Amino acid sequence: MGDPTLTVIWAAIIATGIAAYVVMDGFDLGIGMLFPRLKVGQERDMAMNSIAPVWDGNETWLVLGGGGLLAAFPLAYAVILPALYAPLIAMLLGLVFRGVAFEFRWRDPAHRKYWDFAFFGGSLVATLAQGITLGALLEGIEIEGRAYAGGWWDWLTPFSLLCGAALAIAYQLLGSCWLVMKTTGSLQTEARRVAKILVPFTLVMIGAVSLATPYVEDQYFSRWFEWPGLAVTIPMPLLILGVTYMIWRDLESGYDYRPFFWALGLFLLSMVGLAISIWPDVVPGRISIYDAAAPRESQIFMLVGAGVLIPVIFAYTAWAYWIFRGKVDEAGYH
Amino acid sequence: MADGETALLLARIQFAFTVSFHFIFPAFSIGLASYLAVLEGLWLKTRDDTYLRLFKYWIKIFAVAFAMGVVSGIVMSYQFGTNWSVFSDRAGPIIGPLMAYEVLTAFFLEAGFLGVMLFGMDKVGKKLHFFATLMVAAGTAASAFWILSVNSWMQTPTGHEVNEVGQYVLAGSWLDVIFNPSFPYRLVHTVIAAYLTTALVVGAVGAWHLLKGHDRPGVKRMFSMAMWMMAIVAPIQILAGDQHGLNTLEHQPMKVAAMEGHFESFESHAPLILFGIPDSEEETVHYKVQIPDLGSLILRHDVNLGLEGLDTVAREDRPPVGIVFWAFRIMVGLGFLMAGLGLLGLFMRWRGKFYSSRLLHRFALLMGPAGFVAVIAGWVVTEVGRQPWVIYNVMRTEDAVSAIGVPGVTGSLIAFVIVYFSVFSVGTWYILKLMSHPPSAGDVEPQGPIRSAGITPAAIEEKAWERGEDE
Ligand code: HDD
Ligand code: HEM
Ligand code: HEM
Repeated sequence: MGDPTLTVIWAAIIATGIAAYVVMDGFDLGIGMLFPRLKVGQERDMAMNSIAPVWDGNETWLVLGGGGLLAAFPLAYAVILPALYAPLIAMLLGLVFRGVAFEFRWRDPAHRKYWDFAFFGGSLVATLAQGITLGALLEGIEIEGRAYAGGWWDWLTPFSLLCGAALAIAYQLLGSCWLVMKTTGSLQTEARRVAKILVPFTLVMIGAVSLATPYVEDQYFSRWFEWPGLAVTIPMPLLILGVTYMIWRDLESGYDYRPFFWALGLFLLSMVGLAISIWPDVVPGRISIYDAAAPRESQIFMLVGAGVLIPVIFAYTAWAYWIFRGKVDEAGYH
Repeated sequence: MADGETALLLARIQFAFTVSFHFIFPAFSIGLASYLAVLEGLWLKTRDDTYLRLFKYWIKIFAVAFAMGVVSGIVMSYQFGTNWSVFSDRAGPIIGPLMAYEVLTAFFLEAGFLGVMLFGMDKVGKKLHFFATLMVAAGTAASAFWILSVNSWMQTPTGHEVNEVGQYVLAGSWLDVIFNPSFPYRLVHTVIAAYLTTALVVGAVGAWHLLKGHDRPGVKRMFSMAMWMMAIVAPIQILAGDQHGLNTLEHQPMKVAAMEGHFESFESHAPLILFGIPDSEEETVHYKVQIPDLGSLILRHDVNLGLEGLDTVAREDRPPVGIVFWAFRIMVGLGFLMAGLGLLGLFMRWRGKFYSSRLLHRFALLMGPAGFVAVIAGWVVTEVGRQPWVIYNVMRTEDAVSAIGVPGVTGSLIAFVIVYFSVFSVGTWYILKLMSHPPSAGDVEPQGPIRSAGITPAAIEEKAWERGEDE
């Protein structure tokens, strides 16, 4: 089995990868879901252009999440993926539609509205599937030996649906704040208006998921409502409230950049909350990171690569974002 | 059929379907990324605008193909877990790290620089843009390196042992795992295959426009470049394939027996069966046309040496023969046709009819899709010939599958088939549409306001084309 320290390091790396994925692909999936609200023509083109140069990089974090899980925690990968078969396949198909729409809509003006719909539908399906996956995972997965032993529909519960809806709203908040930051004119005005509406909805959703979570598993209840968990339980709602207020205030006072960064903060807080619930399990209540860890040789070999390459990846990703900084031109890149 | 068997069969069909579709795009984009780097490099060096025009022509096609490669690839990286979970659990400690390296060294590199390559020409300057193009090409090559190492380890596993929970774990050095015995051959053969595939497409597009009378400098240049590739690289591929086969004979003799249609063993003087209809039930090849001794000569380089046939292993350890036999002949036949195309190109150059020979142009046009067919046929030989093992002589395919029921796999398979056929055929249609325009002067002469607004050459070229501008 794995080395305990390396296992913790790997858990942190995978968690960072997933967090990077959620915030980066989060805003571009969010823009996909907002698409029907945007006017055909310049508004949609501009929204698309604001993410066209970076979406592929954003989605690569998802591949790292999957590939990293296989490499560092093969048992978890082998149990979670069959358990969530239906939502995951739906997510992959959703990503197919939205991924190709980036290129296809420019290639075929006559059918652009269909590809715009594919972009919207694909983003929506992928987001709901991700939220459902998270919810189902939090509720726990049935296991026998080293394999999934539950049923075909186990993932479909009120709680997992709630998580799906919550994620869809939160991604849209992130996406609209991105548009406020990256665009001008009527598109920006619309994005600001929508973002302001989404702020209270997001807060309600975070509240609903947070309140429901302690009841889906005893483990979470004791985490949150017994010492030392209480040290986080008490300030957490206050922090979330504070950050949400900042998003709303800065949208209201006409800032372009700040709302997006506050929204990122909101995501990070939520993910810290999640980590507190789950730690140190990968399959909550069933498999800990130590049970699932790959052997030491595998951990070390990858750590050498990850240690060198992840900083380099962050560097050139930042460079790419820097090149396309500032507001998008109306004519865009295409 | 028992439910378990049906589910296994469906899972295999689903994997074969999705990976075959996926590989069509990398087969093209690995070669095209390098071609784009060459074009941009030549342009920077010679300042000849024909190269820039070609670069801007092919980059639009690249963008569409690449998007399809990415989305179909993401599906692949999750399929190991959804459908082959026992395999993932047990082989994860070995193949997982290699695939993680692929993500870290290849996918991020491609994705990170792709945006700059496609949209950043006006933002970063020529040198830096060329650097981005090179990084994308390097990313595609790195991707091929790692994924083929994984696949080759499954064909010729080395450097591993089994731990207490039944996982395959490292024994010795990672270099033994990465550079397993079939990897160097597979890497060379597959990367050359990608270059040939691209060259055939580029050549066919050039030939099409020559046949249509668009004999502009850009059209001629790309046709000529493609035909040089064909003349030089197709023969190299035949040699590489021969060496690959010898290596396979050493490590997976039953695969070679299936390729050759040898049900029985030969002590010496093994024949080469050219054609026939293999019959696994009766263990014979009907209506065969064969050349005596040539089998021993090709595979052992000595008529007095023999070859093992399928009869050396039990029936349940043999791969399906018919598919492997035919797929192999399709690939090899196309390989010789490619070499033939290269030769004809050389001949027409020598006769001074390179740009006027309709025979050459028609042949090149016809061969346009040949690379894709050969590549898929090659993978079918490799993968079906490995059966019934998923990791050769280590783990059986039937033991690798997830416990997903028949309804589940049926549903996902139907969904994949419908989505892939509809989405990817539309994408292919868009690519063909782009190819139907010749590279035009508009590619390099964007006019004032459009440029300053940062619009891509793609849109400009289309406008130029719509206005009927010519070189
Ligand atoms: C990383 C490993 C890997 C790679 C690079 C490939 N495959 Fe593969 N292939 C598998 C790993 C695998 C597998 C997971 O091991 C399967 C599933 C069932 C099996 O026996 O092997 C498989 C099965 C499989 C089958 C079904 C064989 C059978 O069940 O009879 C076909 C036709 C292909 N593959 C085709 C391809 C093609 C066209 C590829 C080109 C990209 C390819 N494979 C790359
Ligand atoms: C089952 C095996 C395979 C898996 C799991 C897989 C996985 C993936 C994934 C996840 C992507 C998208 C990366 C991104 O987000 O940018 C991708 C793209 C790519 N893959 Fe694969 N792949 C497989 C087989 C292959 C093979 C055999 C090759 C080459 C020999 C290859 C070469 C590429 C290349 C060059 C790309 C970039 C996109 C493109 O060029 O179309 N892949 N693959
Ligand atoms: C004409 C001579 C050729 C010969 C003798 C030859 C030989 C082989 C052999 C023996 C294999 C199976 C190796 C194994 O599974 O262990 C193979 C696989 C393959 N071939 Fe060929 N080949 C030829 C031409 C081509 C051409 C022209 C292409 C494509 C343009 C091609 C593409 C492939 C691919 C993609 C594979 C699967 C990957 C691999 O195992 O390398 N081959 N070839």
